[in-house]
Amino acid sequence: MNNDGIFDIESRLLLEALQQVYGYDFRDYAESSLRRRLLNWLSGSGFANLSEAQGRLLRDRNLLDQFVCGITVNVSEMFRDPLFFRAVREQVVPHLKTYSFVKIWHAGCASGEEVYSMAILLREEGLQGRYRIYATDVNEEVLSKAREGIYPLKEMQRFIRNYQKSGGQHDFADYYTARYDHAMLMPELKKEIVFAAHNLAVDADFGEMNMVVCRNVMIYFKAALKERVLELFDRALLPGGFLCLGQKESLEKRGVAGNYDELARGTRIYVKRYLQS
Amino acid sequence: MSNATCNPDKRVFRVVVLGVSTGGVQALKRLLGALPADFPLPILIVQHISPEAGNGLARLLDELCAIRVKEADEEETMEPGCVYLAPPNYHLLLEKDAVLSLSSEPPVNFARPSADVLFESAAAAFGRGVIGIVLTGAGYDGGRGLQRIQEEGGLTVIQDPVEAEAPSMPEHALSLVAADHVISLELLPALLQLLAGRHSEQGEPS
Ligand SMILES: C[S@@+](CC[C@H](N)C(=O)[O-])C[C@H]1O[C@@H](n2cnc3c(N)ncnc32)[C@H](O)[C@@H]1O
Repeated sequence: MNNDGIFDIESRLLLEALQQVYGYDFRDYAESSLRRRLLNWLSGSGFANLSEAQGRLLRDRNLLDQFVCGITVNVSEMFRDPLFFRAVREQVVPHLKTYSFVKIWHAGCASGEEVYSMAILLREEGLQGRYRIYATDVNEEVLSKAREGIYPLKEMQRFIRNYQKSGGQHDFADYYTARYDHAMLMPELKKEIVFAAHNLAVDADFGEMNMVVCRNVMIYFKAALKERVLELFDRALLPGGFLCLGQKESLEKRGVAGNYDELARGTRIYVKRYLQS
Repeated sequence: MSNATCNPDKRVFRVVVLGVSTGGVQALKRLLGALPADFPLPILIVQHISPEAGNGLARLLDELCAIRVKEADEEETMEPGCVYLAPPNYHLLLEKDAVLSLSSEPPVNFARPSADVLFESAAAAFGRGVIGIVLTGAGYDGGRGLQRIQEEGGLTVIQDPVEAEAPSMPEHALSLVAADHVISLELLPALLQLLAGRHSEQGEPS
């Protein structure tokens, strides 16, 4: 058997073991991307192969957290896909405003850029004090970055451009203070956000949400896991609630598709029907 | 594939993967424009493109070419006679079960999509069944991935850098890989038809 074949066997064994020891379940992640991430992690880890790493990973929680961070894709941006945020501002917020209080779940929030973007947008639209965001991720390392809300200053230019393209009218510089080469987001933005660890592959849902945002998370999952996660969201969402997916993710062909209408074609914002089919 | 017998090479190919950058739109018009609608393999393409670009290129090529051209969707199963372009700002990868997947991992070689990412996944998934092609482009994307394709027994094709609008991608690939074919764009459609196991019905492109 060649090295590739052995690597595939080792990675299957490792994922199985991690599931049994920690309940972290990566067995249903799309293989080619996971394989890249595993190879990447391994090459910087000092271990010669995954079998060698396995013994330590099963016993050393810190190493495990670092591993989880290494094999998941955590890149994010503020106001990533500006047209999505524009659609939220123009087409979703008017509905949200009709509620006295709005609950939003950002699943797979990574280091928080998307969550803070939403908070900025909601405040600009006058929803301050009338919403709560539950921001969850499987990955403790990115969650602690998210809680801090501090980003490299050099990223701000892109974030500002995104913000403006998304229809933002304010001076974005009001939302952060620059310190050396970092930008610290305004602490008030955190007030209405609850950050928590949550694993979409194994944990239960959060209830009674008006909106669920889960973008660029399920693209790494195989079909069966996507179905599980969408059912989770479906249980969490109130009728009339909004399900927001990434640019290249769609409900088409999914089990829950019949319960939703897309807000406008291509927005990847789906509205949950009142009458379930 | 039963008609693979007229393939001069003994391998039975399952997929064509192609990386191209600067000069790519022209090159793709010429290449894809010369392939028939029933070309027997799926073709996956990474064309470097601005992250903000829409799916305009896929639509344009689809209009111009007999073969079907579309932007790749997540979890789509690749089919013969169809060209899949990586969407702007996502890496395109190929799974063992012929399903396409997307990823927003950081850029590789300053590129997202990156040809190396596509090629490496194709090599791991389909080994000897892969035809890898590097065309015109600035930068260094594609060479490393082409090397992986060769290591796994796939077939490698590089555009002759002499005629490439931007020679650095083909040159870099050539420095890493003893390619099976170094070829002009003009002859590439006919080569692909041969490799895919059928002769061009219209004869050689003129
Ligand atoms: C590419 S980021 C998406 C960030 C943000 N939503 C965006 O679109 O910019 C994907 C995130 O999903 C998280 N993730 C992966 N598997 C997960 C799981 N099973 N449960 C919860 N989060 C998960 C990763 O840790 C990572 O932070």
